Amino acid sequence: MKYLKLQKVKVKIAMLNVTNLNVGYGSFQALFNIDIDVNAGEAVAVIGPNGAGKTTLMRAISGLMPVKSGTINMEGTDVTKTPAHDIVKLGIAHVPEHRRLFPRMSVEDNLRMGSYAPQFRANYHKRLDFVYSLFPRMQERRNQLAGTMSGGEQQMCAIGRALMSDPKILLMDEPSAGLAPVIVQQVFDLINKIKSEGLTVLIVEQNVKQVLKVVDRAYIIEAGSLKMGGTSSELLGSSEVQKAYLGM
Amino acid sequence: MAEFLDSLFSIFFIETLMNGLLLGGILALLSVGLNLIFGVIDVVWICYAEIIMVGMYLIFYLNNDLGVHIIPSMIAGILFSGLVGWLTHKIVIARLIDAAPINQLIATGGLLFFFQGAAMIVFGIEFRNMGVSLGSLAVSEDIYLSWTRLISFAISGLIVVALYLFLSRSYLGAAIRAISQDKEIMSLMGVDTKKLYLLTSAIGGALAGLGGCLLVLQYDVHPFIGLSFGPITFIICVMGGLGNMVGGFIAAFIFSELITIGGYFAEIEWGYVLAFVFFIIMMFIRPEGLFARKS
Amino acid sequence: MNNKYFIGFLAIVLCLLPLIGVQGYPLHIVITILIWSFAYTGWSIMGRFGLVSLGHGAFMAMGGYITALLWNYLGMSPWIGIPIALIITGLLALIVAYPCFKFRIVGHYFALVTLALSEVVRQVIIATRDYTGGSLGYTPEPHGEGWSIYAIQFPDDRIVFLYIAVFTWLIGIIVWRMVDGSMSRYALEAISEDEDASSAVGVQVTREKLKITILSAVMTAFAGALYCQYQMFISPDTIGGVGISLQIVFAVVVGGIYSSLGPTVGAIITLFLAEILRVSIGTATVNLTENLTINAAGFPLFIYGIMLIGFIIFLPKGIVGGLSDLLSKKDGQSLDIKSSKAK
Repeated sequence: MKYLKLQKVKVKIAMLNVTNLNVGYGSFQALFNIDIDVNAGEAVAVIGPNGAGKTTLMRAISGLMPVKSGTINMEGTDVTKTPAHDIVKLGIAHVPEHRRLFPRMSVEDNLRMGSYAPQFRANYHKRLDFVYSLFPRMQERRNQLAGTMSGGEQQMCAIGRALMSDPKILLMDEPSAGLAPVIVQQVFDLINKIKSEGLTVLIVEQNVKQVLKVVDRAYIIEAGSLKMGGTSSELLGSSEVQKAYLGM
Repeated sequence: MAEFLDSLFSIFFIETLMNGLLLGGILALLSVGLNLIFGVIDVVWICYAEIIMVGMYLIFYLNNDLGVHIIPSMIAGILFSGLVGWLTHKIVIARLIDAAPINQLIATGGLLFFFQGAAMIVFGIEFRNMGVSLGSLAVSEDIYLSWTRLISFAISGLIVVALYLFLSRSYLGAAIRAISQDKEIMSLMGVDTKKLYLLTSAIGGALAGLGGCLLVLQYDVHPFIGLSFGPITFIICVMGGLGNMVGGFIAAFIFSELITIGGYFAEIEWGYVLAFVFFIIMMFIRPEGLFARKS
Repeated sequence: MNNKYFIGFLAIVLCLLPLIGVQGYPLHIVITILIWSFAYTGWSIMGRFGLVSLGHGAFMAMGGYITALLWNYLGMSPWIGIPIALIITGLLALIVAYPCFKFRIVGHYFALVTLALSEVVRQVIIATRDYTGGSLGYTPEPHGEGWSIYAIQFPDDRIVFLYIAVFTWLIGIIVWRMVDGSMSRYALEAISEDEDASSAVGVQVTREKLKITILSAVMTAFAGALYCQYQMFISPDTIGGVGISLQIVFAVVVGGIYSSLGPTVGAIITLFLAEILRVSIGTATVNLTENLTINAAGFPLFIYGIMLIGFIIFLPKGIVGGLSDLLSKKDGQSLDIKSSKAK
């Protein structure tokens, strides 16, 4: 009886909770009153046209961009004032736009940078094995300079680097951008794989059709404001989404 | 012509080449710290040679006036120069980190005046000599190489190897290499870039102090000694491809040979002229440095 | 403060100084300030566009040494010698700057190449010490007793030189203002913002930069020649080398790089500072121990250094720029001395 009672009281608290977020630089405001939740184990997408503020949202969450007002809660801790290099220690890993690998360092050195923070270093070899098991290609290329690999391989390396810190949530910013169609398919397979490992994922994508097949829910941002949100199937069924993003 | 060929194959020319090699060792050490700062922070410390001078004066003072043994004096010199490097970043560069690179360069020019002035105030303009002589090594009947130069050369070699290992093997070294390739993304790796900059500046300063240890054994200290080593140190770094340790190392030997060979045929100043003209010409042929990677 | 009536008024006041009894040492200070102001103005016409040269010590030394050498060895009057010196300096500037601009050597790379140039000229002067006196300095031979218009030598009479210096200074300001009002200014400002974009809209990047660089080098060389004729003594450390190159940058940054009177104000401040410190503190040396002293001669450099850092951090537009911003209460453009970052 007691157990059941507890179950009833427990409110589902999202892992990452963004409320009323405003972000801007100088007099220019990029995001207006954004509310977003990501629950543990979920994969959530943020979609919208170019320049809508999707990348800004990701950068605000991981601390690369200062927040004007609002809160970003990671498992109950407000991180709006936390410097970026401490946010990663709370379990938020960010795969940035354009991958941003260290081009003149080997694949393994790039991965090693992912576990730079002292608390991650102890697990370095365990994580490395995990990343290599996820992406055997990276093991083959471990000594190659990251900048000399193909776009798809670089994306694997960038995701692998983010996974080195054993994150609770993975932020991915346009992982399919600039890749050949065949490779894009591979990248979405990768995301599926990561999701099936039980990792929570927040992903920004232009490739709406593909991403909605992978994620559980999605938000649509237009001109810095939240336009709508819902489960993937709801959005796929919405005539608005079909017209604006799926070209139907 | 015959005379020229004679001089080319004379025993003194061989001695000149060997001295050039030894000078190269010192120049390599002097440029390595500057190169590190260049590579990591993307800032030119015009006052780098003046930090070397600060180290030299401290060693001189501790050893000569207070009678401290030479080894602890040198350690103190290295630590103090490291502190000066740390302060240089903390007080000056950190405030200008987003300013145009040229503003940073001018600000360190201000530090150059500051250190020269401070040295003049405290030690006057006289040339100060440690009065240490370790004698020379007779390689053959005609070739003598100074022990101080040989030891300096060996230490330079050791330091460069140690630095190479540090950069390629340690987490910190990897971060130092990474930050020069993409600064913003470093914080996503959990790296506090401000701290890393300060640390790099301190290491760079300490390397200047180490250079001071070697120079103080061979040269007199005076407030303007930086002007005789500063320019050559910068051009070695630029020539090697900014931030490229190996390139800087090779460039140091090219320049030291140019200087000593020029000095062999004419006055030593012509050696410097040769080196600087070579630098200017090379800048036009390979603006990114002799050993720069193609981007 | 930058209006032309004020500058004209200032020039007239300067010319009237001897009539109101200013002579001797104070007049010497005024002349020195005017000559240096001209050199600083020469530097600032290119420096304001992010072309930060540390090679102007070389140009200044060339102006002085070539003029003096031609006079002493060939008996060539400075009336011909100075133009020749200016032409040679202009050519040197062209030879060094052309490849620099062609190969896009900008920002601190440009500063370092020009720094090497400073060092080359200084070392050549020292190496040819049999002809140039090396680091001990060099003196143009006096042309008989007293005045010589032929040799442009006016010993013991500062008034003639005052007029020459005022005239030169005024020319410098006029050149500055002409550059400021020219089409080249817009081209160069565009270049300093973004080279690729400016060349895409039809700006001849290399040509515009070369024009301003040669003009700047020639002006600085003229200041060197004038200095030589006035002081009748030059040495690599008083008009050349990295030290002078940095001093030029320092004075302009302190005075203000974006205003026509900035370099002049910089010259006044630096020279007065040096003089005040020299007079108030003196050059006394107090020996504390065998090697430790309090040597007052070091204070000017020490204080210059602190000021330069302070200005770059807190007032990068310099005194004149900062003042006019305060007066007009407008937010200036970018505070940085413009420069494009080498990538």
